[in-house]
This record gives sequence, structure tokens and C-alpha cells, in this order.
Amino acid sequence: MTAIPKPAADQKKLGLVIDLDTCVGCHACAVNCKEWNAGGYPAPLTDFDPYQQHPQGVWLNRVHTYEAGTGENSRTVHFPRSCLHCEEPACVTVCPTGASYKRAEDGIVLVNAEICIGCQLCAWACPYGARELDEDQGVMKKCTLCIDRIYNEYLPEESRVPACVATCPAHARHFGDLGDPESAVSRLVAERGGYDLMPEMGYKPVNKYLPPRRRPPPQAARAPEPAPAADAGSALLRWVDRVLSR
Amino acid sequence: MKPALSVIFLTVVSGAGYGLLFWTGVLGAAGALPRDLWFGPAASLLALALAGAGLIASTFHLGRPERAWRAISQWRTSWLSREGVAALLTNIPALAFALAWGLAGEAAAITRALGLVAALAGVTTLICTAMIYASLKPIRQWRAPHVLPNYLMMAAASGAAVLAALAVFWPFAAPARLAAALAVLLFIAAGLSKRAYWRFIDTAPPSATIEAATGLGALGPVRMLDAPNTEENYLLREFRFVVGRRHAERLRTIALVLGFAVPAALAIAGGALAGPAGRVLLPLGAALALAGLFVERWLFFAQATHTVTLYYGAERA
Repeated sequence: MTAIPKPAADQKKLGLVIDLDTCVGCHACAVNCKEWNAGGYPAPLTDFDPYQQHPQGVWLNRVHTYEAGTGENSRTVHFPRSCLHCEEPACVTVCPTGASYKRAEDGIVLVNAEICIGCQLCAWACPYGARELDEDQGVMKKCTLCIDRIYNEYLPEESRVPACVATCPAHARHFGDLGDPESAVSRLVAERGGYDLMPEMGYKPVNKYLPPRRRPPPQAARAPEPAPAADAGSALLRWVDRVLSR
Repeated sequence: MKPALSVIFLTVVSGAGYGLLFWTGVLGAAGALPRDLWFGPAASLLALALAGAGLIASTFHLGRPERAWRAISQWRTSWLSREGVAALLTNIPALAFALAWGLAGEAAAITRALGLVAALAGVTTLICTAMIYASLKPIRQWRAPHVLPNYLMMAAASGAAVLAALAVFWPFAAPARLAAALAVLLFIAAGLSKRAYWRFIDTAPPSATIEAATGLGALGPVRMLDAPNTEENYLLREFRFVVGRRHAERLRTIALVLGFAVPAALAIAGGALAGPAGRVLLPLGAALALAGLFVERWLFFAQATHTVTLYYGAERA
């Protein structure tokens, strides 16, 4: 059913916390996501002309790079973008077939590819660009939070996290229960001022982004000028230095 | 938004179909249609044929058209599903109206009652169609309060034009004239409302900016340095459609002239002349109205900006 399940008092909300301060923009999360999911729950993730001049295909995670601020204060921020597993996912309620649904037990938003008709209304309804049409399969694809990893008892316990989290070399991606205020991810969000993307849209994203840390202004950060050595040069040079410094 | 031709065809042709059904039902109940055994069935069947053609065209927009029947299941939450249900249910009173017209006569109470039910069902379907767009928060041009009344007016205008074009082939001048007069009024009202809509979307503030989309506004203005991929992708093809915007002003004029002004003028001339001249002018007016509304719907898509484009470097959406 496309009705959003009524959240329990201690509703589990699995999601990601993405640290924009430490993300180095290596795209490993996107690549490992593609790697895992091309053979996982949403498989296949069709590519067109993969070995030609203009390859394209379905990705469930894409890394953008922005410049924020101007001049000396500007920052380069790498920005991974994937499904935010919203608490009010309009992509689910607009679905005419019931293929899109939000799981009551953990809040994960999924697509049942067996009954999706590929009308793309969910992609129109998502402000974040989380859903893509697989133009070969004719159905919508999206992040599953690696549902086939996180509960997979055939994997060693430390691997039971989404593929993007497992692979991140900068430890910029964190996975956990954002419904539990005591969880490591919730504490991280509280500590670092984690925020929602476009909260005014009213979708209540579960995934949070941690802002880049404040840095001292460039002047203060600059190393101090080395003091001239006491015995630098001759009396003549000291006199020239004094005259010119006037 | 990329104009989806199959969906545009649906909104234009089905719109005219349900508009025609609305006026057939209402004017039939009022006793203002040609009093002829064949007129009621002809009008309601033409309405259902137009509606059906639009619905069939819309399945071409689906990745899996063979599963289209599944779309009627989620009417509790989905306007698209409601549209499908309403479209299917509308067939019942519309066919019953045609049957009653033939068997019980156009003046019978049952015929008139069924006419009103069919009209109501047609309007309900139109409302569902408009709400599919009007309920999408990420696209401010579709969330505009004008979208629903605008669509209803355009459907009513084109439906009245088709009714006039049909009625003029019956040897009674009054019904064709009445339908033509309604069409004129509605084309003028719809055209004015369309202009108000365009003024609104041109001046309304953006629903979001690249700073809000990334949440990086506290650091200063944000611009994209690198897109995630060097090539095109589904999101860019679907949401970043800029071709239409370059010619928007000219296309708006074409839509207004072709879709509203000329059909209104032809409805005036055709309604006044009726007879053989009307049999040329009124169908021509209806056909031009559909062509003009096609341009208008195309613009409705082409000028809509989706917040996904913010992630790809658009400054506002």
C-alpha cells in the first residue's frame, strides 16, 4: 500500500549520515553502490553503451562537487546524493500501483519492480532526484539502503552496512538508526549540527548531512612571517632595511 | 520538465472529451441539445472515444504499458490512480445516458438524471488529472493555484467547441449556437486565466535555491564545480529541459492565438452563420483549439522547473 505506515513511538529510522567535511569526493561510494546493486536487490542497473564514447545508465548514488562561498573563503564541498528515505515520501503516496512503499519496521523506501509500471510520477514527486527510470527494464530504481546487506546473515557482521558506507575511505558515511536518539549516528548529528536538505518541502528526510566545519579565516591561518635572523647581513644592510621600512 | 508527448496528448484530447461529456450531460438535462434519437448517443460516444484515445496514448508514457491495469489500485493516496478509477467509472453513466436517450427518449427524467451524473463524473476525472500536477511540490509552476481552474476551463472550452462542431451537423441551429456561445465565453475566460498563470509563474519567487538544496548557504553563494557524471543521465533528460524556454514568449503568443483567440472567433462566426458555413467553421475552430492547447500543454511542461536541477547547477527552481 502506498499509505505511509503510522510511525511507532520508538520508530526505527534507518538512514545515512554524510559528513561533508571529510568527504573527499573520490566517488568510491557511488562505484561500490553500482557494483553491489547491479547484482543485488534492484538488479540490473542497466548501462547503455558502457564501453562507447557516451556511456550512461542508472546510478543510485551520485557525487556532486560544489564551491560554496567566494574568494579566499570559498570551500570545495563534495556532495554525495542518494535517497534520503524520507518520513513523508511523496514518491510513495503518488505511486498508482503500490509498487513504491515505505517499510513499517525500519522506514526504508523501496520499489517492487514486479509491479512498477514505470509511470515516473515518483521521480517527478521527489525533490532530491533519488529515483531514476531504468530505460531498459521499464521500472524505477532507487537506493535500497542495501537491504540485502544490512540484514544479510551470510555476511560477516562488520559488512552488514550499506555498500557506500563499507567502502568510504574517508569515513564520511555513517549508517544507523536515526530514530534512536542514543545511537551513534544520532549523537553525531546532534554534535555536528546535522541538517535536512530542503526541509521546507516537508518530506522530512531521514538521512542527514553534516556541514563542513568552520575554519579560521585565511589570514589567521597563515603561518607567521619568519623573524629575520639577528645577525642578518652587515650594518649597511640593516641601515637599508630601516630606511626602506620607514 | 521534458514535455512528454503522450501525456500532453492525454491532457488535451481527454480534456476535450470530458469537457464534451460535461456539456452533453448538462445541456441534455436542460433539454438544450438537438432533439434527435441519434444526437445524445453520438455526443456521449464521441466524448468517450476522445477520452479513451487520450488514456490509450498515455500508456505510451509507461515503462511497462502491459501493467497499466495495476494503476487503479492506489486511489486512496494517488491522484494518478484516482484519475484511472474516475475515467473507468465515468464510462458507466456516459453509456447509460446514451442508452437511456435512445430507449427512454431525451426528455425522460432518467435520461436527464444520467446526463447530470455523467457530467459530474467527467468533471471528477478532469479534477483528478489536474491534481496529478497540482500536487507535486518540487515543481512550483505546477503547484500554482491556477493549475486546477485553468485546466477545467480549457477542458470546458474545448469540450463546448467540439459540441458546437457536432451539433451544427443536426438541422437545429439553436443547440449549436448555444454551445458556440459557451465556447466563446470559456475560451476568453481560459485565455485570461492562462495569461494570469504565466504572469504568476514569471514573477513568483523560486521554491528553492541551490543554497537550500545543498544546505551550504551558510558558507556563501553555491555553484556547481563538477557534475557527478560527464555524460547525460535520466534525471537531466527528464528534468533539465531548456529548449522551450528560449522560445517561450513566441510559443505563448502562438498558444493564445491558436488555442484561444482564433477558436473563439471561429465559434462566433460559425455560431452566427450556422448551416453549411458553420459546418466548416465550427469543426475548424475545435481542431485549431486542440492544436493550440497542445502548444499550451507543451509549454506547461517545458517551462516547469524541478528542484532536481538545483543539484545540477541551476541557481533557482
